[in-house]
Amino acid sequence: MNSFSYTRAQAVETAAREVSTNHTAKFIAGGTNLLDLMKENVERPTRLVDLTRLPLNQIEDTDKGLRLGALATNANTAYDERVEERYPLLSKAILAGASAQLRNMATDGGNLFQRTRCYYFYDLATPCNKREPGSGCSAITGYNRVCGILGTSESCIATHPSDMCVALAALKATVNVTGATGERTVEFADFHRLPGNEPERDNNLKPDEIVTSIDLPADGERFAKNFTYLKLRDRASYAFALVSVAAALDMDGDTIKEARVALGGVAHKPWRKAEAEDLLKGQAATKVNFERVAASLLEGAKGYGSNTFKIELAKRAIVRALTMAANGQH
Amino acid sequence: MAATTYIGRSTSRVDGRAKVTGEAKYAAEFNTPGLTYGYVISSDIAKGKITKIDASDALSLPGVLQVFTHENAPRPAYFDRKFKDDDSPVGDKFKPLYSAEIQFSMQPIGLVVADSFEVARYAASLVKVEYKAETPETNLRQKPKGHKAPTGKTGFTPPKSRGNAAKAYKNAEVQFEAEYFHMPEHHNPMEMFASTVIVEEDGKLKIYDKTQGVANSQKYITKIFGLSKEEARVINPFMGGGFGSGLRPQYQLYLAVMAARELNRSVRVVLTRQQMFSFGHRPATLQTVSLGATKDGMLQAIKHEALGETSRFEEYTEVVVNWAGMLYHCDNVELGYYLRNLDTYTPLDMRAPGSVTGIAAFETAIDELSYKVGIDPLELRLKNYAEKNEFEGKPFSSKELRACYAQGAAKFGWAKRPAQPRSMREGTKLIGWGVATGMWDAQQQKSAAKANLSVDGKLVVGSSTSDIGTGTYTAMTMIAAETLGLPLDAVTFKLGDTTLPVAPLEGGSWTVASVGSAVKEACEAVAKKVFSMAKDVKDSPLSGASFDEVEFVDGKVQLKGDYSSGVSIVEAMRAGEVNFIEEETTTMPNMLKQMQYARNTHSAVFVEVEVDEDLGQICVRRVVSAIAGGRVISPKTARSQILGGVVWGISMALEEESVLDHHFGRFMNHNLAEYHVAVNADIHNIDVIFVEEHDDIVNPLGAKGLGEIGIVGVAAAIGNAIYHATGKRVRELPITLDKLL
Repeated sequence: MNSFSYTRAQAVETAAREVSTNHTAKFIAGGTNLLDLMKENVERPTRLVDLTRLPLNQIEDTDKGLRLGALATNANTAYDERVEERYPLLSKAILAGASAQLRNMATDGGNLFQRTRCYYFYDLATPCNKREPGSGCSAITGYNRVCGILGTSESCIATHPSDMCVALAALKATVNVTGATGERTVEFADFHRLPGNEPERDNNLKPDEIVTSIDLPADGERFAKNFTYLKLRDRASYAFALVSVAAALDMDGDTIKEARVALGGVAHKPWRKAEAEDLLKGQAATKVNFERVAASLLEGAKGYGSNTFKIELAKRAIVRALTMAANGQH
Repeated sequence: MAATTYIGRSTSRVDGRAKVTGEAKYAAEFNTPGLTYGYVISSDIAKGKITKIDASDALSLPGVLQVFTHENAPRPAYFDRKFKDDDSPVGDKFKPLYSAEIQFSMQPIGLVVADSFEVARYAASLVKVEYKAETPETNLRQKPKGHKAPTGKTGFTPPKSRGNAAKAYKNAEVQFEAEYFHMPEHHNPMEMFASTVIVEEDGKLKIYDKTQGVANSQKYITKIFGLSKEEARVINPFMGGGFGSGLRPQYQLYLAVMAARELNRSVRVVLTRQQMFSFGHRPATLQTVSLGATKDGMLQAIKHEALGETSRFEEYTEVVVNWAGMLYHCDNVELGYYLRNLDTYTPLDMRAPGSVTGIAAFETAIDELSYKVGIDPLELRLKNYAEKNEFEGKPFSSKELRACYAQGAAKFGWAKRPAQPRSMREGTKLIGWGVATGMWDAQQQKSAAKANLSVDGKLVVGSSTSDIGTGTYTAMTMIAAETLGLPLDAVTFKLGDTTLPVAPLEGGSWTVASVGSAVKEACEAVAKKVFSMAKDVKDSPLSGASFDEVEFVDGKVQLKGDYSSGVSIVEAMRAGEVNFIEEETTTMPNMLKQMQYARNTHSAVFVEVEVDEDLGQICVRRVVSAIAGGRVISPKTARSQILGGVVWGISMALEEESVLDHHFGRFMNHNLAEYHVAVNADIHNIDVIFVEEHDDIVNPLGAKGLGEIGIVGVAAAIGNAIYHATGKRVRELPITLDKLL
């Protein structure tokens, strides 16, 4: 860890301005990922701008739905009664991640900025395009159990490790951001990006943009009954997903009005595909139908050796998660 | 029962309060004014040479005192023997910062010393290193050929064959053969390796070191640096887990002492979690088991071969295959053990080394045979029960394995097990039951102890052993208190200090047997003195008695069973006009007697698993571990030992692997987020049974040691249960969900 200066942001705008003028400055909130990365010299900011004193930790109703302040902790969000009642998929996904201690520190905004858990990204002794653009990808030919099978590129096969984001993707959340040049709203599907030939970029934000809140749309409440978050991993707690599935169904009797399926652990961003979800529109909740969704979602999937099993695992997990959701099993 | 009878009674840890309040201090927690901090720089490559190392940026940082590399570090000793320790295998020794050559990934190549930890860590990141890298070889399976391990000096017993296994196998009615593999594992004790070297005013070194043997660390340091024992005292009162990783002095000790001497400053060096993957590990092994049997399941031939890994510079060996010649009755046994040199650091003993991996494969093979011959796996084991140790051709000093099978099976409900795989299910979960046998050594080593009883009735007992978390403090306090009939809180046991009488390394499950016997003997020597003084008390009721006729109970010495005849210890010592009685003894095992017997602990492990039919997720729902481990001295800590062993067995079966990227020759999951050990959510019901086992041969206490037996057999029992659940046999550990898809 290098030496760095530290300041507490007094206002969103000034914090954004400070980072926009200093490329080696970084925002810090819960710090549950950034500090680890700093200890391993993966991140070497010269200045940390601490956002935690900003008044952004509220969870409140708006005319659009429920708004999660960026500094609301993962724990407070998961156990918020409104979230539990109207967006239980989000609660379940958050509680599937990390540990109680980490969830107490981690913020909702920060969760979006988690960096990949690819082994090579963390180890300075090995090349990694995400850490050091142009150095090469060690994971493609190396040990890639945690790496992606969808939307990968020749320069990076890393995955986004969040559980929370998979649920947010399924719920079609929107993200409100403020930068040095003003405010804007980003669709969740456009927040993160695929690695392409710029794997060092995890998302489509500008460096000075700060997430201020996340909106859960009111119509997401339709999925409060038939949903599940299925997380498959190498131990029962405190492990990142090999594959996770956020499945949510809006059902009319036995007929599916609308389906949402998002995958975690398989790509550089939560993986959704509208055409796959549309296959279930007006259809019955049957295994055959679910298998079609799985096949569509995994279309073009590519394994790299130690993660090839994820293709089959993801298909089975999708069918299971949709079956559970249809049966009202969470 | 007297109030001062403790052995066999549940006693809470005497050091429990100190541990939970933080009062117990560990090697990295001892402070001194002017302490400096060393941070280790680790090699990026696994094989090759350092061509350039530039520390100028680091040295220019305020607070940095020195950057030691192979270019400027001293070379205090030349000969390999100076670097030998009590657990080192034969071969050349690794000498930190002696040369530019890189022999393994994350090899220590520099030490930054600064006046704060933060500055040292930052400075370390500024040291620029260039390498000429060569291609490392770290894949044991790539060329599965090896050489025979050297014998003699190492204490390694080469596996002996008997009969004609090849012929018997060929002629057997039923034949079974399979190959098994498991990945390397790292010990990962919670406490990082650390040494705090305090340079005292007279120049002597007081060294707080994380080690399973302070005497071993002292010997290592004094030989290398040419110091006397008085000049290098080593202390280690508490240890946050060892599991074998502390059997050898690790490089932070050498580096901290070297820097302290060079700079004439007190120095602390603590390794990072990542660096905990830079020294010894449980080696991967590739094993083949062949079994020949009659149709009704009588073993006719056993062949067990293992290929293990070692470094390029030392020949690490472990007893992997010998168990196959001891577990069952069989006239034709062929055993082979080979090594392959890889570009990694030398492997290191890790809880039940050899046994836990060898038996994992062998007991899986026995299970596979049971399906081939159509006999219940428990019945097959009973059918081939070994009445004596056929490997050594000796009777067992005691072996209550049958009781383990019977009591374990009863508790588990084994009788209700359907024979066919895939015959139990609950929804999408397939349920399976499995069993395996475990075996480990019951050893006693030479050990010394000192007991000091003062006239106020307080007893201080000491020995240089360690408490690696196993409960040594508690067990020794119990033994001492019972021998002299004192309340537990009147007894203080001291350990982990080279000024105390010498104990062996804390390993091999021999501490209770070895140090416990020494403690008992030292306390008995004190008791004899008390007794002779008690006889001299005016009108002593003991005047005509011999030592054999008295007992020590509730602070008194009395005629056996006659409470009215008691003379208090205080009274006796006053009469003897002494303020204290001190006795030091060295206890040797009775080799003449012991050598006539095979001395082992045994276990039977029963497991219930559920496996998701589609997703492969595995949950170990129930474990019953029945242990034959001789006399149980401290039931509470003994149970904890077995519980811990079972938990680790679950971890080993399903989760643990140190994954090498063979291109870099580097362990890639070198942190506790990615190196998975079992967490609470993985652990469900565990039952521990200690069967009655009387043994007056193993040692005077009759205790066999329980540190290791708990883990042995668990992985095989789990794999066997998974087969019973799914019909799918996985022959590679860990059994992760992808292997069941």
